Amino acid sequence: MTDVLPRVDAPAESPATKTSRPWFSFLPQYLAISPFYILFAVFGIYPIFFAAYLALQRWDGIGPMEWAGLENFTFLLTDGEFWDAIINTLVIWVMSTVPMIVLALLVALGLNSAIRFKGVYRLAYFTPNVTSIVAMAIVFGSVFSEEFGIVNALLTAIGLDPVGWLSDPWGIKVTISAMIIWRWVGYNAIIFLAGLQAISPEVIEAAKIDGANAWQTFTKVTLPLLRPVLLFSVLMSAIGGMQVFVEPQILVGVSGGVENAGRTMVLYFYERAFQQNDFGYGAAIAWGIVIVVLLFALINWRLVQRPQRDGAAR
Amino acid sequence: MSPSLRVKVFGGVLMALGAILTIFPFYWLVVMATNTTADIYKTPPKLTFGPELVANITTMLERIDFFGALLNTVIVAVVTTLLVLFFDSLAAFTFAKYQFPGRNVLFGILLATFVIPMQMAAIPQFLIMAKLGWVGDLKALIIPAAANAFGIFWMRQYLSGGALPDELLEAARMDGCGFLRTYWHVGLPALRPALAFLGIFTFIGVWNDYVWPLIILVDPRHTTLQVALSLLKGLYSSDYAVIMAGTLVAVVPLLVIFLLGARHFIKNVAAGAVKG
Repeated sequence: MTDVLPRVDAPAESPATKTSRPWFSFLPQYLAISPFYILFAVFGIYPIFFAAYLALQRWDGIGPMEWAGLENFTFLLTDGEFWDAIINTLVIWVMSTVPMIVLALLVALGLNSAIRFKGVYRLAYFTPNVTSIVAMAIVFGSVFSEEFGIVNALLTAIGLDPVGWLSDPWGIKVTISAMIIWRWVGYNAIIFLAGLQAISPEVIEAAKIDGANAWQTFTKVTLPLLRPVLLFSVLMSAIGGMQVFVEPQILVGVSGGVENAGRTMVLYFYERAFQQNDFGYGAAIAWGIVIVVLLFALINWRLVQRPQRDGAAR
Repeated sequence: MSPSLRVKVFGGVLMALGAILTIFPFYWLVVMATNTTADIYKTPPKLTFGPELVANITTMLERIDFFGALLNTVIVAVVTTLLVLFFDSLAAFTFAKYQFPGRNVLFGILLATFVIPMQMAAIPQFLIMAKLGWVGDLKALIIPAAANAFGIFWMRQYLSGGALPDELLEAARMDGCGFLRTYWHVGLPALRPALAFLGIFTFIGVWNDYVWPLIILVDPRHTTLQVALSLLKGLYSSDYAVIMAGTLVAVVPLLVIFLLGARHFIKNVAAGAVKG
């Protein structure tokens, strides 16, 4: 640090070689990487600590803050609405993720086979993923509408009773899940397809020579080899699934519709924090959500990581 | 038919059915946007395109400031994307090609930010914006998003994967290029394919962003497309043809951009996941 004169580098020296130059001679490099760190400090780190402080206050955002101690957190633990929101979120996650993974696997197998129009299929299945959730939630709302929805029109046409897709607690969950499935099947299929293509054809060939039929080859060879890719998908959907917000907000409103059936954790957070301006309690809910998300991601990680034999035993 | 052929035909039919189901909401969106609301409410519903698109769009334009919202969205999406491309590529280039004290620790911190769920920061972020006087201002959308960990990580991986040989950097040094000039003349050109992906990815994400704009753009007359759409739906919930016209017009520009770069884009999504 006392070396005031920066050493002049030999011209042949690569920029990547280690030197003992003083730190300020690296100023261009520090400046080059600084924008992310500055933004993250201001809009990431600081807010997180501030949220911890806020969660200990009683505050409507306008008047003076009042120290509340752990009051917000003890209330959170006994708040039935929050627990219901956790359960709703988990139920919607299961209802959407299980079919989504199965369908994505099927689509990936289809795309990996000798089928025509692969490019068109890839595009068709992937497009939902890049379309605005708000726009498509509006469309889904009318597709599943009880007065004029095409789904109920079809059900009536084949002699079945119309379903209260947006007025029945389970109908609401099914509709939200359907939309999540629709949005994510193609994305995951593309990822599974990349995983399938990474499996060498010789391995599959060897299984066939050993007398395995298609189903055995799939469950005993292909699926185990796909585990890393499956792990990625399950983890991503676990993290994303805990943060569902737009679908229920547009489909059934901020309160989550009939019996709050569509009220997810983040929807509840939004309602308390930004509609009722209960900033202190909102911050406590936010911390609650974070803990649930981390726990849930961890559980999923452990479950998928563990070598599972059930696929092979079936 | 042999069993294997039967499987093939069955699989082909399933794939086609699935694709039709997937595309159906888009088709239905166009059907509703081109018919009258009365047509939509008919039983059985009208299944084909109608002639009412222009009329529906005209009514929609009277109800919300669509072009204002479109302009805001374009501004936010373009400026954010350019800033992200610049800041992320500069940081990625530096991380990939330069040795400096604390490099590994700093990159580790960057990776760690991936796992921090940011929704817990929403209230304080709102309060910070209020302090800065940015509530209701597009700056509140652009500035916090101007650099992100994902892009830096993605492009650093790309550069470390051999996209930019050290000899090129050395040659630039010999020619007397300083750090910034080396980035501009050597780093950026090598990053071009990665920039294309990150650019589309960022643009789509910003265009579709809804929750933060909903929180921060408090003035319904000055908002982005997604928030304007939800307002249109909330305020005129019975007039479906008009809502659908607005939805259609809001979705089309992004779909066009996506379809132009789709091949490259989809390939990169898969590559990123399998490598990661």
